[in-house]
Amino acid sequence: MAKSEFETPEIKRIPEIPPVRIGSMAHSQPFRAKPEHQAPLGFPGELVDDWKQVALDKMGELLGKYRSLQVFMDACVKCGACTDKCHYYLGTSDPKNMPVARQDLMRSVYRRYFTVAGKYLPKLVGAVDLTEEVVEDWYRYYHQCSECRRCSVYCPYGIDTAEITMAGREILDAIGVGQKYANEIIGKVFKIGNNLGLPEPALKDTLEGLEEEVEEDIEVPVKFPLDEAGADVLLVTPSADFFAEPHVDGLIGYAKVFHQAGISWTLSSHASEAANFGLFIGSYQNMQKVAMRIREAALELGVKRIVVGECGHAWRVAYSFWNTLVGPFDFLDPNYPVPQHICEFTHDLLKRGALRLDPSANDDKVVTFHDSCNVSRASRMGDFPGGQFVIPRELIRAACNRFVDMEPGTTHEATYCCGGGGGLLTDDLVELRVKGALPRVQALSRVIEDDGVTHMAAICAICKSQFTKVLPYYGLGMDMIVSVHQLIGDALVFDEH
Amino acid sequence: MALEINGKTYETDEEGYLANLSDWDEEVARKMAELDDCDLTDNHWEVINFLREYYEEYQIAPAVRVLTKAIGKKLGKDKGNSKYLYQLFPYGPAKQACKYAGLPKPTGCV
Repeated sequence: MAKSEFETPEIKRIPEIPPVRIGSMAHSQPFRAKPEHQAPLGFPGELVDDWKQVALDKMGELLGKYRSLQVFMDACVKCGACTDKCHYYLGTSDPKNMPVARQDLMRSVYRRYFTVAGKYLPKLVGAVDLTEEVVEDWYRYYHQCSECRRCSVYCPYGIDTAEITMAGREILDAIGVGQKYANEIIGKVFKIGNNLGLPEPALKDTLEGLEEEVEEDIEVPVKFPLDEAGADVLLVTPSADFFAEPHVDGLIGYAKVFHQAGISWTLSSHASEAANFGLFIGSYQNMQKVAMRIREAALELGVKRIVVGECGHAWRVAYSFWNTLVGPFDFLDPNYPVPQHICEFTHDLLKRGALRLDPSANDDKVVTFHDSCNVSRASRMGDFPGGQFVIPRELIRAACNRFVDMEPGTTHEATYCCGGGGGLLTDDLVELRVKGALPRVQALSRVIEDDGVTHMAAICAICKSQFTKVLPYYGLGMDMIVSVHQLIGDALVFDEH
Repeated sequence: MALEINGKTYETDEEGYLANLSDWDEEVARKMAELDDCDLTDNHWEVINFLREYYEEYQIAPAVRVLTKAIGKKLGKDKGNSKYLYQLFPYGPAKQACKYAGLPKPTGCV
C-alpha cells in the first residue's frame, strides 16, 4: 500500500486532447493469474511451449467463429475518428491507448498470418511477426481497455474495440497468460457462487443484519429473503451489493420497493452474483457456466420472474445474451420483461401508482447521473428506444427535487466509462483507473461548480466502487457516489397496504 | 514475496497479503502497519480481532455493515460507521484491515 507513485491528471474546465507521450503507460499491467486461477476456467496454468502456434490457431478459430472479428480486422481505414474518444487515451496520453492503435496490436499480427499481402510483403502492409514482445504488449494494452465501446459509437465502420480486446484476452488465456483479478473471481463463482467468495452462511448473516438495521431505522419490517422457494421474483444482483458501500444502500432500496409493492421475492445463495466476468475475458464457455447458475436457481426456486439489480455488464449479459446463452426462459411469466432490470421494475410500479415517493427526502442533495457503459451502449430498458437513458433519470427525478445532467457528449450513448470497467477494477491497475476516470471527473466537476451538484448516482457496482476509490485522488469525496435505489429507498413512502 | 520479522519469514502475495492465514500473529499485523506508517491503537485491534473472529466462523471478511455494527457495539455508536473506519484504515477498512488481520483480500466489484 505504497503512496501513489503517479500524478493525478489536472482537471480542466474545458477538456483538452493531450499530446501523445509514447510509452507513458507501457509499465502498466495487472498481476498474472497463477496456475490455480487458470485451471477452473479450463486454461493452461502457464505459458505453453508451442504458444505461438496455439495463439495463431486460436486467432484463426475466433476469426472463423466471429465474423464480426474478421470484419473488424479488415475494415479499419485509419480515419482517426476514434483517436480522442477513449478515456484511457485522454487520461494517459499513451498513443497505444488510441482505440485504433490498440486494435492494430492484433491487426498487424492478423495481416502477417491471415492475409496474402502480409504473408509475402509484411513490411508493406504493416504486418508484424507474433513475438514474445508482441504478446507482452497485448497483455499490457488489452488490459488498458475497459470494453466500454465509446469509440465504437464514433467509428464510421462500427468497429467494436471491445470485441477485439475480448479476442485478445481469449487468445492470451489460451496460451496460459491470464489476468489474476478476473480469472480468480470467475473461479470463485464456480466454487462458491459469487465474485466475493461469500459463502451461504455469511450471506444469511449479512441479510439478517440488514433486516435488523432497516427495521431499527424506519420501523418497517422489510425482509431480505434468501432461497425462498415459490417467491414470484428472483433478484440477482452483484455480490458487492451485500458487501460494500454505497452498494448496500441500493440493495436496501430494492428490498424496500419489493416490500411496499407487496411482491414476494427472494435472493439465491446458488446464484448470489449477477456479474459475469466471463464476458470480460471473451470466454463464451465461462460466461455460459456463470450464467447457468441463474437459470438453475430460477428453476429450483420456481420463480415467475427474474429481476437484475444494479450492475452494468450483468445487464448486458442478461439482456443481450441470456436467451441464447442459457435460455429459453419459457418457464417465466411472459407478461413481464424477461429478464427485467430493477430500474424497469421500479419504474413500472411508479407509473402504475403502486409506489409513492416523497422527493423532499433527498432535498439535501443535488444529483447527477452517470450512465454506465454496458447499460448505455449494449442494452436497453423499457419498450422504447433510449429507455435505458430515460428510465433511470425518471426514477431519480421522482426521488429528488434537484437533478442536473452532465454535459452532452459525456452522457447517454456518449457516456464515458468510470475507468474501472471490463475487469480492470483492481488495485494493481490503480494508476490506469485514476487516469481513466479523468473525462468523467471533468464533466462532474463542471456540474459541481456550475450547479452545486453534491451526488452522482449510478446503476453499476463497478462504477460505484471505482468512483469511491478514485474521486478522492481528484479531491472529491468518496461519499458523492450513490445507488439510484438508495435515492428511491430514502424517498419511499410506506403507506398501509 | 515475503515478510521478514525477527528472522522468521512469512510468505505473502504480490500485494503483501499473508499467503497462509495460520501464519498470522500480532507481530505480523504490527509489521504490516509499520510499513504503511500506521500506528496500531486499541481501536485498530478491536477491528482486527473482530475480522479474525468473523473469518474463522464464516471464511470471509464481514460485509461493511456487519463490521460497522459490530464496531459500534464495541466502541460506541459514534464509531459504528465507515467514516470512522476510514479514519483508522485510510486505504479502506475492507482491504487494509483485512491485510493486517492476515485475511485474503476481498475480490469482486468492491
